[in-house]
Amino acid sequence: MNQTILILGAGLAGLAAALTAAEQQNKVYLISAMPSERAQSVMAEGGINAALDTKGENDSPEEHFWDTIRAGVYLADPNAVRALTDAAPEIIRRLVSLGVVFNRDMHGNVDLRNFGGQKKKRTAFAMSSTGKQIMTSLIQAVLRWENQGSVIRYNDHTFVTLIFNHDNRCLGCVVRDNRTQKLLTLRGDAVIIATGGMNGLFGSTTGSLLNTGEVTAELFRLGLPIANGEFVQYHPTTVPCSGKRLLISEAARGEGGRLFALRTGTPWYFMEENYPELGNLMPRDVVSREIWQILNVPGEKRAVFLDMTQLPLDVMEQKLGDLVDDCMTYLHIDPRREPIPISPGIHYFMGGIQVDESHQTLFPRLYAAGECCCQYHGANRLGGNSTLGAIYGGIVAANAALPEVANSLNDDFNAFAEQTLEDLRQRASSLQLGGRHFPLPGIRAELNAILLDSLGIVRDGPRMEAGIRAIGRLIVEKVQGNYDPAFEADENLNMESLCLLGKALLLSACNRRESRGAHTRSDYPDLNDTDYRRYSVAQYRGDEILIHLEDIPQKR
Amino acid sequence: MHIALKVRRQENPDSPSFYQIFHYEGNPEDSVALVLNRLNNLDSLTDLTGRPANRIHWECSCLQKKCGACAMLINGTPRLACLAFLGDLAGKRRMITLEPLSKFPLISDLKVDRSILFENLKHMKLWLEEDASMNTWTHDSQYQSSRCLMCGCCLEVCPNFRPDGKFAGAAAMTAASRLMEQAVYDGHRKDLLKKFRQFYFEGCGKALSCQKICPLELPLEDLLVQSNAAAIWHR
Repeated sequence: MNQTILILGAGLAGLAAALTAAEQQNKVYLISAMPSERAQSVMAEGGINAALDTKGENDSPEEHFWDTIRAGVYLADPNAVRALTDAAPEIIRRLVSLGVVFNRDMHGNVDLRNFGGQKKKRTAFAMSSTGKQIMTSLIQAVLRWENQGSVIRYNDHTFVTLIFNHDNRCLGCVVRDNRTQKLLTLRGDAVIIATGGMNGLFGSTTGSLLNTGEVTAELFRLGLPIANGEFVQYHPTTVPCSGKRLLISEAARGEGGRLFALRTGTPWYFMEENYPELGNLMPRDVVSREIWQILNVPGEKRAVFLDMTQLPLDVMEQKLGDLVDDCMTYLHIDPRREPIPISPGIHYFMGGIQVDESHQTLFPRLYAAGECCCQYHGANRLGGNSTLGAIYGGIVAANAALPEVANSLNDDFNAFAEQTLEDLRQRASSLQLGGRHFPLPGIRAELNAILLDSLGIVRDGPRMEAGIRAIGRLIVEKVQGNYDPAFEADENLNMESLCLLGKALLLSACNRRESRGAHTRSDYPDLNDTDYRRYSVAQYRGDEILIHLEDIPQKR
Repeated sequence: MHIALKVRRQENPDSPSFYQIFHYEGNPEDSVALVLNRLNNLDSLTDLTGRPANRIHWECSCLQKKCGACAMLINGTPRLACLAFLGDLAGKRRMITLEPLSKFPLISDLKVDRSILFENLKHMKLWLEEDASMNTWTHDSQYQSSRCLMCGCCLEVCPNFRPDGKFAGAAAMTAASRLMEQAVYDGHRKDLLKKFRQFYFEGCGKALSCQKICPLELPLEDLLVQSNAAAIWHR
């Protein structure tokens, strides 16, 4: 073996895949817009779940499995989730051996904290900067292979499109060098997409601006199905700030923080009152919905607060020190002294590129892992399962790709690559002939506004249909035949794909006439297992977006 | 508040550079990163004199001091744009100057090529080859060392760092300090210590300007003392 794997994205999923492939003597091209240090994964805060059972609570991967399945309201692949929760303890041990500086308990074990939707302490953490600490060690682990020449980084490169043959077999991809703006064709025996969530569709999220959703949009245009796109996670505790939403980690509540609203001038601890068992640590969809209901009483001006003032100072310092620092810097609030006014904000996409249990997409030799794909989280993700799912998904995708690509293809890569470039040129020049010159940022802002309005925490049919019509109008009036010369050809071409992807999320949401997990409809408030305990799948075929429901695999 | 933003523009390394001034109306708590994003998202960007201007090239990812992308010279000082606020910067003239970091090759406008930061890590063999050992005594400094953003501010102010020189600077020392704690086996540990002496210890003049400038206020002096203890004095 010495196959070449192309990995797009250098966050947790991309690095885990690169490490896995390199350790098995494969060559990896690791392609990302910026170095790994800038990836959204460094922003992951609260922790990573694994049933390590070091707290004398009799925890097990089985219980982790059921918590994940239940929080996802039975919309996740049970076999994939079971494999994930079984692998989790070993992943933590591997991360420890790679040097990740997790918080430790008094016995020297990796410490575990409480997290939403889970009754047992199962979330390993490093203060509230778990993602950053894991990334630092993974980056160094991959650096060793970079030094040997088996991982070659293409930092500062943007994915443009896939190269594939007549059977949709993936042969490589076209990327753009962000410095010279030249297009490059890269041949790969397999391609792993690990490009993160669709933040760019909504604009204002807790995540990174690098996660534009453009890769997912381009793959959708090429015919790859998007599964469960309607499931968008609103994190309960965020604050609008600096043109984004500042996340107040779930760790705040995991360590004892309480949510309250002011009712006739006195604090009302609504979560504790309404959910006596888990209280403030209900799954995120439930907490966000409760907050939304309080904030959206017509004719009343209400506010919801996160209160950490009663937490012991040593907990604030040793487990939440960086959270305190972020609040002081960006909100000018000292959470040790005063409650923080919060509201829910977009944080994670449960849906994405459809993959099977081994992270393979519809196209042979094309894989997807991490937030960009739809796997593990069903209708609502548990806190602490994203970092785990990204790392595990990257490992699984690489392991699945390696044996398959051992048989090299005889395809004439150069001919297909040239054909792809020619197709790009033609599409770009026909766009330029359209004669429209609307600026892309303005179009993006319109798309963001439509999606934020129609895919809120609580949705309804008329509003979503209005959103679908608005995107349709936007495409016809401003996107088709539009070329903004301030941007590259591929960015101009991608604008319509982004609109189509946004429309696909809305169509999936409209089609699901029930309320489940993060998808709450005021016109269909009940769960409907008979009709909808199935995946939503959106696929673009030529001129239209088709939506259908697919059965979830049976548990083996 | 009203702000004039003076930005050094240079389309590519070979083109001439010039300064361009932009108007911005905002709040004292707005960060420079927010301002740059707002300007770049305008339908058409014009300078103070009303002339159309190209979008400003710069790097940005997280907007909350977790990724290090947006390091630049702000009023002559290297800082993160997401951690520099108008109210603190504007002064009486209500003018803020943005320039690219000067010790790294320019790519365009405020964007520079910081590859050398990552190359240095490779030269110093900054990884583990065996399982990490755990030392609870140094847990906190290991945690601090892993926080480094690789933004490059420390190299910008360092009197000893030159882009064409051997000295790797504080960013590499930070990573080394943790790995020297975690690598206990002879082979690679010896390499780590040797490379540390070669690429760091021999070049560091202990000016500690790195510690003063670090956007995360990492305890670089402590990490340095520990690293030297391990690599030079063998504790």
